[in-house]
Amino acid sequence: MKYQAVIGLEVHVQLLTNTKIFCGCSTRFGAEPNSQTCPVCLGLPGALPVLNRRVVEFAVRAGLATNCAIAPRSIFARKNYFYPDLPKGYQISQYELAICSAGHLDIDVDGETKRIGITRIHMEEDAGKLVHLDTMEAGEKSYVDLNRACTPLLEVVSEPDLRSADEAVAYLKKLHQIVVYLGICDGNMEEGSFRCDANVSLMPVGAGEFGTRAELKNINSFRFVKQAIEYEIERQAEILDDGGKVVQETRLFDPATGTTRSMRGKEEAHDYRYFPDPDLVPLVVSDDWIAEIRGTLPELPDAKKARYTGEFGLPEYDAEVLSASRDIADYFDACVALYPQAKPVSNWVMGEVLRALKEDNRAVADCPVTPRLLTEMLRLVEQGTISGKIAKTVFDEMYKTGKEPAGIVEEKGLVQVSDSGAIEQIIDEVLVANPDNVEQYRGGKEKLFGFFVGQVMKASRGKANPALVNELLLKKLKG
Amino acid sequence: MKITREQVEHVARLARLELSDAEKELFTGQLDGILAYVDKLNELDTSGIVPTAHAVPMENAFREDVVTASLGVERALANAPDRSESFFRVPKVIE
Repeated sequence: MKYQAVIGLEVHVQLLTNTKIFCGCSTRFGAEPNSQTCPVCLGLPGALPVLNRRVVEFAVRAGLATNCAIAPRSIFARKNYFYPDLPKGYQISQYELAICSAGHLDIDVDGETKRIGITRIHMEEDAGKLVHLDTMEAGEKSYVDLNRACTPLLEVVSEPDLRSADEAVAYLKKLHQIVVYLGICDGNMEEGSFRCDANVSLMPVGAGEFGTRAELKNINSFRFVKQAIEYEIERQAEILDDGGKVVQETRLFDPATGTTRSMRGKEEAHDYRYFPDPDLVPLVVSDDWIAEIRGTLPELPDAKKARYTGEFGLPEYDAEVLSASRDIADYFDACVALYPQAKPVSNWVMGEVLRALKEDNRAVADCPVTPRLLTEMLRLVEQGTISGKIAKTVFDEMYKTGKEPAGIVEEKGLVQVSDSGAIEQIIDEVLVANPDNVEQYRGGKEKLFGFFVGQVMKASRGKANPALVNELLLKKLKG
Repeated sequence: MKITREQVEHVARLARLELSDAEKELFTGQLDGILAYVDKLNELDTSGIVPTAHAVPMENAFREDVVTASLGVERALANAPDRSESFFRVPKVIE
């Protein structure tokens, strides 16, 4: 490749508030069209916006979690353009003074850590939704639903520090993980709660100056981000190879074909005539308020991972899986608090717990085997009451019924047999029943040992203490 | 002259206003007069003064994140020039 790609991302994060940014209408998804509207979000004359305090808190949370400076004073601006999904004829956004700026995120790509700058994070309102139904009058009309109008968004603008589609995806995943951890966004990309535009340009390798960029819109999954950027890099490379020039424009990604196409016609409107919104007074965020919000931040994924590998001594892989989502990490932390042996807990959480939940398509928070039940079961294993193998049976039963592990063990008669007399008796029976194998073993075919262990465990219905079985069996066979 | 006729035409197009030749002439002159008047401010040294974003000396007007009643679909659509079911209906928008 003769060209170096230069990529910057603009991410819109829909905030998990109960109400809109400037009015008390609900932000619930999926309601009847236009049922969640009022004079403010309909843009009726004389209606005045009032800022939702929680939006500011969420913006500051996002800023602190991405190492941004929080502006002591910021203002809202009007971005003026005409479109049927924008009833006021302007979008309230932030322009000159954004609430957060100059932050960064560290991403890992191919085993290397790279720092990606965040230019700014600002608050703004979303537009309504345009519906184009083919069934309705054969495409002659468009239909407007303003339920989404005035929904609070954060726009997170990265520096053009990304150099490949893979880096862009890594950055996006990291940002997604953080806003979900912070509890400020549900992260649902299909419903549009987390959307991404990508600015892509190419320059000759080694050049100091960026090329002309195209802005890619409508990319609503991690896979599409990779596809769209890779397609765009290829498209621009072909133009440059042919001696042509890349045109600065907005391009729409088409998931059906994996390609991007020009959206000419929206270009002329790029004169937004921003000015401070006279309906909204300046926003002042005091140091005390910032400190208070900082106090509510959860432990973030990187810090968790470091604690899991450092303090708990877990392998990198375990730490990665357990910190991937806040739900899993919270569950794991709750278990370790009750039973401070990180590795066995990690094995069970990554193994049985996640497997069962996945098969069931159930959220971690709704797991019938609570951290208390799981750790009580682990204690039964540690005390030798049940074997590790029987524990799986107990786990499945707890998952189905939510019953106490001790109760299940008693009810089903699953207590491990550690009485050597009883085990010896079983071993004797097995040896008598398999004279040929005994002879072969004693004749040197030592790998038959596993067969005997299996038979004894089977005869005890899994309840024999495996360590004791090994020990006694060896003695009998050699003896 | 601070303002050209082309600038008036550009701003009118952005605002979706259709102006006659006479109006363009009139507004060019009027806007020019306004800008010349405001230009007096440049006689003052304002370096080091924070730009005024708001005329009222007030900050942090908040509401709490509590749902209040919406208008309801019928009232929201009452003044709509055109509608279909619960939607506002507008001329086809080309994406």
